[in-house]
Amino acid sequence: MSRTVRWLIGAILILGTAISIIYLPIPSMMRWQSDFLSRSFLWLLFSAMLCMWRILRGPTAPDRAVAIDMLGILIVGFCAILSLSTGKDWYIDIGIAWALQSFIGIMALAKYLEGKDFDE
Amino acid sequence: MNETIGIVLIIVGLAFDFFGCLGLIRFPDVYNRIQASAKCVTLGTCGILFGLFLFKGSSPAGIKALLCLLFIIVTAPVSAHALARGAYLSGVKPCKESVADAYGEDKVRGKPHTS
Repeated sequence: MSRTVRWLIGAILILGTAISIIYLPIPSMMRWQSDFLSRSFLWLLFSAMLCMWRILRGPTAPDRAVAIDMLGILIVGFCAILSLSTGKDWYIDIGIAWALQSFIGIMALAKYLEGKDFDE
Repeated sequence: MNETIGIVLIIVGLAFDFFGCLGLIRFPDVYNRIQASAKCVTLGTCGILFGLFLFKGSSPAGIKALLCLLFIIVTAPVSAHALARGAYLSGVKPCKESVADAYGEDKVRGKPHTS
């Protein structure tokens, strides 16, 4: 398959999914919260799916590390929106803990990619 | 008034998250992807958290959201720099279209680089 055809297929898939998340009626299993919050849920899930594609398909190891870093940041935003929709405060605690462990994990991954030992 | 500004900030944050992920897919190189992910952190998730702070006011949830924002905004450039340095030292070259490689030139010329 040529390069232009692949570009067109990807653009149609991404733009179609984004426009359908914004404009289509939401499914009945997400009616327990307001319309705006369920649409933002689906939006963040779609962004996380793009990150997962880069994790699966990255040519080198640092690509996957960058995608994992970004997935952690997306999950922090997801926790913030979940706390806004349910009214529970402790979802933000989950977000803070996730940001901490994501930072430590990414620093360890970067140190491992340099090819040195951990105590240098 | 506060809730309107909060909703606008949350929408801007969601849009920046999506565009950051799009850049993660479309850019040709590790270093360009690191740049896209840094934009996604600074305006995306921090926009969502600041909108949450505007919603909650100065209650415990709002203060915790502000604390999380501060922590993310401090640690994201550190992890991005460490990842770029690790990627360069593990042997990933920049893409063909890039015009400058100052770190590699310094290493060839024999300057001592501080680690």
